[in-house]
Amino acid sequence: MLSIQNLHVQVEEKEILKGINLEVKPGELHVIMGRNGTGKSTLANVLAGRDKYTVPQGNITFNNESLLDKTPEDRACSGLFLSFQYPVAIPGVNNMYFLKAAVNAIRKSRGQDEMDAIDFLAMVREKLKEVALDESFIHRPVNDGFSGGEKKRNEILQMITLEPQLSILDETDSGLDIDALKIVAQGVNDYRSPERSFILITHYQRILNYMQPDFVHVLMNGKLVKSGTMELANELEEKGYSWIEKELTAAD
Amino acid sequence: MENEIIKKSIAEEYKYGFETKVAQDTFPPGLDEGVIRALSDIKGEPEWLLEWRLKAYHHWLNMKEPTWAKVHYPPIDYQSISYYSAPKKKTLNSLDEVDPEILDTYNKLGIPLDEQKMLAGVAVDAVFDSVSVATTFKDTLKKAGVIFCSFSEAVKDHPELVQKYLGSVVPYTDNFYATLNSAVFSDGSFVYIPKGVRCPMELSTYFRINAANTGQFERTLIVADEGSHVSYLEGCTAPMRDENQLHAAVVELVALGNAEIKYSTVQNWYPGDKEGKGGIYNFVTKRGACRGDKSKISWTQVETGSAITWKYPSCILQGNDSVGEFYSVALTNNFQQADTGTKMIHLGKNTKSTIISKGISAGKGQQTYRGEVKIMKSAENSRNFSQCDSILIGDECGAHTFPYIDVRNSTAQMEHEATTSNIGEDQLFYCNQRGISTEDAVSLIVNGFCKEVFKELPMEFAVEAQKLMEVSLEGAVG
Ligand SMILES: Nc1ncnc2c1ncn2[C@@H]1O[C@H](COP(=O)(O)OP(=O)(O)OP(=O)(O)O)[C@@H](O)[C@H]1O
Ligand SMILES: [Mg+2]
Repeated sequence: MLSIQNLHVQVEEKEILKGINLEVKPGELHVIMGRNGTGKSTLANVLAGRDKYTVPQGNITFNNESLLDKTPEDRACSGLFLSFQYPVAIPGVNNMYFLKAAVNAIRKSRGQDEMDAIDFLAMVREKLKEVALDESFIHRPVNDGFSGGEKKRNEILQMITLEPQLSILDETDSGLDIDALKIVAQGVNDYRSPERSFILITHYQRILNYMQPDFVHVLMNGKLVKSGTMELANELEEKGYSWIEKELTAAD
Repeated sequence: MENEIIKKSIAEEYKYGFETKVAQDTFPPGLDEGVIRALSDIKGEPEWLLEWRLKAYHHWLNMKEPTWAKVHYPPIDYQSISYYSAPKKKTLNSLDEVDPEILDTYNKLGIPLDEQKMLAGVAVDAVFDSVSVATTFKDTLKKAGVIFCSFSEAVKDHPELVQKYLGSVVPYTDNFYATLNSAVFSDGSFVYIPKGVRCPMELSTYFRINAANTGQFERTLIVADEGSHVSYLEGCTAPMRDENQLHAAVVELVALGNAEIKYSTVQNWYPGDKEGKGGIYNFVTKRGACRGDKSKISWTQVETGSAITWKYPSCILQGNDSVGEFYSVALTNNFQQADTGTKMIHLGKNTKSTIISKGISAGKGQQTYRGEVKIMKSAENSRNFSQCDSILIGDECGAHTFPYIDVRNSTAQMEHEATTSNIGEDQLFYCNQRGISTEDAVSLIVNGFCKEVFKELPMEFAVEAQKLMEVSLEGAVG
């Protein structure tokens, strides 16, 4: 479904990613871990089409179509979703209105009819239950004054409403209390299916206890230097990253 | 010399009386006392009104065009303007003859076909019953005792009311443009709501027969007698083209005890093309007097048009417990310039004013908010709340805020808030990532920004205003 080949990424002349290779097949859940500042969010943003990054080398295909020359909204409409590490507030814009605009933009791109307000509200009410958010949230301005955890749950609400094929969750588990973590994990689990794939960026093995990742990758020095399974995540939790660094220098 | 000829030709026409209409359609350019006499004559005005016009004219001769506003334009040659033009006949035969660009905008705004024709100056056939609508409308108003007519009609039919209130809020000496207007105003609207009457419907210039061509020096006078209530709508969202570049209107509102006037404007004059060529200069003086106790005047405006806007709808809060409100959305795109704001002058006790101003600048648009709140010595326990927010789209536009506050009574309570923000790339990207195009994202954010003002507009107007913002911002980003 997603294929990243030898991806190099620069921001402000600085090379952040130096040759990423990754294959994500339908139904798979990939985890990316790595130290602060290694470029995890950079990767997520490049996939979503943020234009402050340049890609001097490499290729990305999504459903066999080249992704890099598509606009962010086209990527979204073709089923790619990013749950932001830091969701921005949009004061004055009603959350429900925003979500409805998003749903209808995506429906329109698929040649489907727009949803009317009544059907939409009925649908959103159901989805709200899944992320245990109170209905009042959809009547507030987008992320404006939301707590950290509420923002993350709002991202998941958007995910399950927009029904993407590939969801990139950038530290959606950070800053959540224990109950909220379970809710978010449950939300993602319920949403999993053989057609839907995930890239989950996280610092903690904790959220992985609630879901079964297929692969765990470590991002270091601009590359995915190590890949494994749940075992690897446990090892990282225990020992940190320096042993991988040593392995790498030893191999050089 | 030319004016001599007009005077003569008018004098000749005069013998046929006014009912047969003057053949002379338009005065040649130029302004002098003769032109004003001829103008007043052609309209059959009483002596006192001619005197008033002449006083204004002589005063104007000694005035200088103001330069303090943050707007730039080449000098206006006041002798190159024609000061009288008879109401025009509809000239086009079908919509095919209308500029496709204008039609395109009409369609985007969702204006029904018949209305499009009316706006574009196409002769409307009998199917469209604007006249019958207007007639039912007039009947209802008549039953309620409301007077709603053109200014010229009011001068003929209700001279005592006009004489009593004309210039009582904006004196003929007020400012350069208002003084010029006083000397040469062509026509406009007159409204009188009798004591205790709640006007049974929103009054709209749109429904006033003959409203189509009021000319560039429009004069509006609205008087709400004790305990009455009226909501007045001016303008429309459809883009208005006019061969006259300069517009200098005057609007005067008078609210007597317990009366309330709500005045809403949607102004969408032609702003000029993308290079900044053409476009209307809109220099308006709007002022309301809350003359009686517990009276209320509320201005709501959505300004998206004109190349240059110079406009400060104001309230003089004379009555005790009177209330003044100003809600404004102003948008400047491409090369548009706007210097707008309000004045709230507190004289009565316990007077209250609210100012909510939302400025949106895009392209190379330049916008200035200029607000003055004056609490006079007599205005015991007065309050003002001001909020001026600006939003910038792109980095070539500008927003400037000049609040002037003058408090002469220590019991006053003043609150002022101001913010300037950019439509952030982060916000746009967030919307894009959810499938929303940049253009839709901008209008989503801008409409959110304007919500507090839009909710003050009458319902249908609010919906139109939202669409108008979208159309006006097209191409502002990306
Ligand atoms: N506009 C920019 N200019 C310069 N450096 C930048 C810019 N944007 C990002 N960077 C740098 O790129 C690197 C990668 O940042 P990124 O946000 O992708 O890291 P991350 O792996 O997501 O970290 P974290 O775990 O803290 O979220 C960082 O060193 C960051 O400072
Ligand atoms: Mg990050």
